[in-house]
Amino acid sequence: MIIYGTALLAICHLVGLYLGDLLGAAIGVKANVGGVGIAMLLLITIRLWLHDRGLLPRETEAGVGFWGAMYIPVVVAMAAQQNVVAALRGGPVALISAVLAAAACACCIALLSRTGDHEPLPPLPEELTDEPESVRMSASH
Amino acid sequence: MTQSFSHMFENVLLHNGLVTAFATVGIVMWVSSQLSRRLTKGRLHASAIAIMIGLGLAYYGGVVTGKEKGMADFALFSGIGLMGGAMLRDFAIVATAFEVQVREARKAGLVGAVSLLLGTIIPFVVGACVARAFGYNDAISMTTIGAGAVTYIVGPVTGAALGASSDVIALSIATGLVKAIIVMVGTPFAAGFLGLNNPRAAMVFGGLAGTVSGVSAGLAATDRRLVPYGALVATFHTGLGCLLGPSVLYLATKAIVG
Repeated sequence: MIIYGTALLAICHLVGLYLGDLLGAAIGVKANVGGVGIAMLLLITIRLWLHDRGLLPRETEAGVGFWGAMYIPVVVAMAAQQNVVAALRGGPVALISAVLAAAACACCIALLSRTGDHEPLPPLPEELTDEPESVRMSASH
Repeated sequence: MTQSFSHMFENVLLHNGLVTAFATVGIVMWVSSQLSRRLTKGRLHASAIAIMIGLGLAYYGGVVTGKEKGMADFALFSGIGLMGGAMLRDFAIVATAFEVQVREARKAGLVGAVSLLLGTIIPFVVGACVARAFGYNDAISMTTIGAGAVTYIVGPVTGAALGASSDVIALSIATGLVKAIIVMVGTPFAAGFLGLNNPRAAMVFGGLAGTVSGVSAGLAATDRRLVPYGALVATFHTGLGCLLGPSVLYLATKAIVG
């Protein structure tokens, strides 16, 4: 049943956020520490465990897959409710420190993603061209 | 009569906020995919355009309503607030973990942790230096604005813990918001420079670029398959910032500027 997949996702989400709150409290931070990350690790582990035992029918997977595919629309909705006005009103200090911070981080990313270990970059499963992108996008709404 | 028909329709939309949001976002996505195909020949991803449209609408909503939540402050579009709120955002992010290749994620574990630490320290130092250049000379203000450059949550959490003034806290939130927006919009354009074409790079990106919102939108606009790897790391970003900001980073700043 498709709800099994969604329920599994929901349980991982809730347990992960709870553990994130506990972790935050344990190290004395007023924030959730890695709750979503913990939930993701839980889901990955449970998926592997179920998959190995043949307990993961396609229907169940679809109950998770739908929400994964809803990800981009959800992000668009998130973008539509950012406080953009306040961000722009912050003036030169906010603008300059944000631009410089982003630029410094970008250089670091460029460096780290190229050097690091010397293994060849994992090949992408066939380069995503624009056609499948638009096909997949139209399939998701 | 037409008056009451449109009024009735408006009522349907008002009473079905989340469903209205699904329809609205679906239309935005369709328009974006048309723009992407017709105007840019698919070079600029439809999702990148959709996110920019979303930010534009948020600006419009902020200007018109004078409130803080962009489009979601219009009663008609209050469902956008639910659809794009933390609950469904995190739910969808967790769901993307289903597509993670465990081998790839494990291989990049260490570099992910390193980038997470750098992603906290570098923006902090930059932000604190800019703050000083603009005349914020005391350690508390410098720390708060620097923390804002990490994420827009770390800024106010740090500022509140240190007792910074409210205008400095507002400034730190603005700094974090501007950074998140830069990451959302800029990532697809900078993807080549960043080497952002594999899971390992996505994890580095997640650690260094910060905020879950910036990282998730930036990666979504670049290549959806990279999202779970970046998000996996980025989700620890705010927690680490809140931990280091009021403690180690504040003490270090205080030791330097007195």
